[in-house]
Amino acid sequence: MYSQKVMDHFMNPRNVGEIPDADGIGEVGNAKCGDIMKMYLKIENNIIVDAKFKTFGCGAAVATSSMATEMVKGKTIEEALAITNKAVAEALDGLPPIKMHCSNLAEEAIKAAIEDYMRKNGKSGNGNGSCGVCCRKCEDVHSQYEE
Amino acid sequence: MSERVVYLDHAATTYVKPEVLEEMLPYFSEKFGNPSSIYSLGRETKKAVEEARDRVAAALGAESREIFFTGSGTEADNWAIKGAAYANRKKGNHIITTAIEHHAVLHTCQYLESEGFEVTYLPVDENGLVSPQQVADAIRPDTVLVSIMFANNEIGTIQPIAEIGKITREKGVIFHTDAVQAVGNVHINVKNMNIDMLSLSAHKFYGPKGVGALYIRKGIKVTNFLHGGAQERGRRASTENIAGIVGLGKAIELATANIDAYNKKLIELRDRTIDEVMKRIPYVRLNGDRYKRLPGNVNFSFEFIEGESLLLMLDMKGIAASSGSACTSGSLDPSHVLLAIGLPHEIAHGSLRITFGEENTQEDVDYLLEVLPDIVGRLREMSPLYEKVKRGEKNV
Repeated sequence: MYSQKVMDHFMNPRNVGEIPDADGIGEVGNAKCGDIMKMYLKIENNIIVDAKFKTFGCGAAVATSSMATEMVKGKTIEEALAITNKAVAEALDGLPPIKMHCSNLAEEAIKAAIEDYMRKNGKSGNGNGSCGVCCRKCEDVHSQYEE
Repeated sequence: MSERVVYLDHAATTYVKPEVLEEMLPYFSEKFGNPSSIYSLGRETKKAVEEARDRVAAALGAESREIFFTGSGTEADNWAIKGAAYANRKKGNHIITTAIEHHAVLHTCQYLESEGFEVTYLPVDENGLVSPQQVADAIRPDTVLVSIMFANNEIGTIQPIAEIGKITREKGVIFHTDAVQAVGNVHINVKNMNIDMLSLSAHKFYGPKGVGALYIRKGIKVTNFLHGGAQERGRRASTENIAGIVGLGKAIELATANIDAYNKKLIELRDRTIDEVMKRIPYVRLNGDRYKRLPGNVNFSFEFIEGESLLLMLDMKGIAASSGSACTSGSLDPSHVLLAIGLPHEIAHGSLRITFGEENTQEDVDYLLEVLPDIVGRLREMSPLYEKVKRGEKNV
């Protein structure tokens, strides 16, 4: 059911781990729903120079985390914020419909980590932080993708 | 992919034993007659169906005319529950079942609720057991049916069926049991256990898929489920799946003849797996009763990791197993069985079901014990929940 690329990123995930002196950290998801993504970003001169993640979740959740960290590296903050869940899924050669919410989490983890960075640096985030995501109910995250 | 393949999902399905297949094969080719036909080709297949019926009856301690073949265990459950509910509607509209039934029973009961029936879903204890007293207390004057599974497909818990049967018989309420997981694993005698209806499915005990049976005790009123021809003495229309029925008959005969040796072997594999995994891997719990469980069933929850990831990694090592995580249940929630025994969602997501069978050996257990700790460790290293535990931020 998963593409070869998804299986590759699941079995050999890129950038697993933590960045001890990260400039932005975003955690989204909920253990109750069965997936949590935590993303660490190192940012210098508006450029994301390093990204790492830790994820509790299914194969698609791990693979999208891995792909999302690969995609943000070397990008400006603005470019990273423009990465959509669809782009993450496409970079993995697609996800099964029931797993699309996992790519949503990846997009939200990037945004949450960048918001954290902006807040810490006195720049204006939208004020929601990651909470707009992590406090959601599972149904909100999943429902739009139900078959 | 791994070269080694270890199948540890016998509760999902089993292969067809060679001696079962051998008996089935002629019924696909030269012995193709319709059992309803009068000529010898038809009489031949009619006889094969009746011999299979005798074998099923012998395995259950029933009479042959109390056995009706179906297309699956699910059909048998649907027929038993809807059939008994509709046939006895004048007496009442209350049904009792449990929170941990297979969906074939649960969803059938939910359907009947939409038809105006009232259903009591008995809760289970932390090991997944229902007590006979709970059943006695739930029976009302308008109760027409009690349906309680013999053994649970996920956590393997074996219910006190004989004790429940004694109560329902005394109270004059029809007692159905979904024995799909139990047949071939547990000694069953429908007369001694006071069972009125029992569902079974061939592919769980080395028979073919697409065939099951329903035992209906003589005198129990059940409306028909499939309407049409006069097959199965007018109770279940459809031209018989002769090869499947023959296979079911042979498989149940083998399963009941070898039950003690089979159980002994599976219990050794099961108990060693439980003891060793709990010794070697921290933050693990065994789901289901330690002893009142199916001989081949093991069900663990590994904290801080998710079941589908675990299955994928085991698959890469050639091990086929199952999980009750939401990702594998096809719904948003993890298994209703794991939630019913009181597991929090996050722990239910990390469940692993291993079910042993005929071809498994202690070497298979060795192999599982070799790869499982590494896989769990790898997933935990990736998990932000485990990170918190390591830092002492999270209580376990």
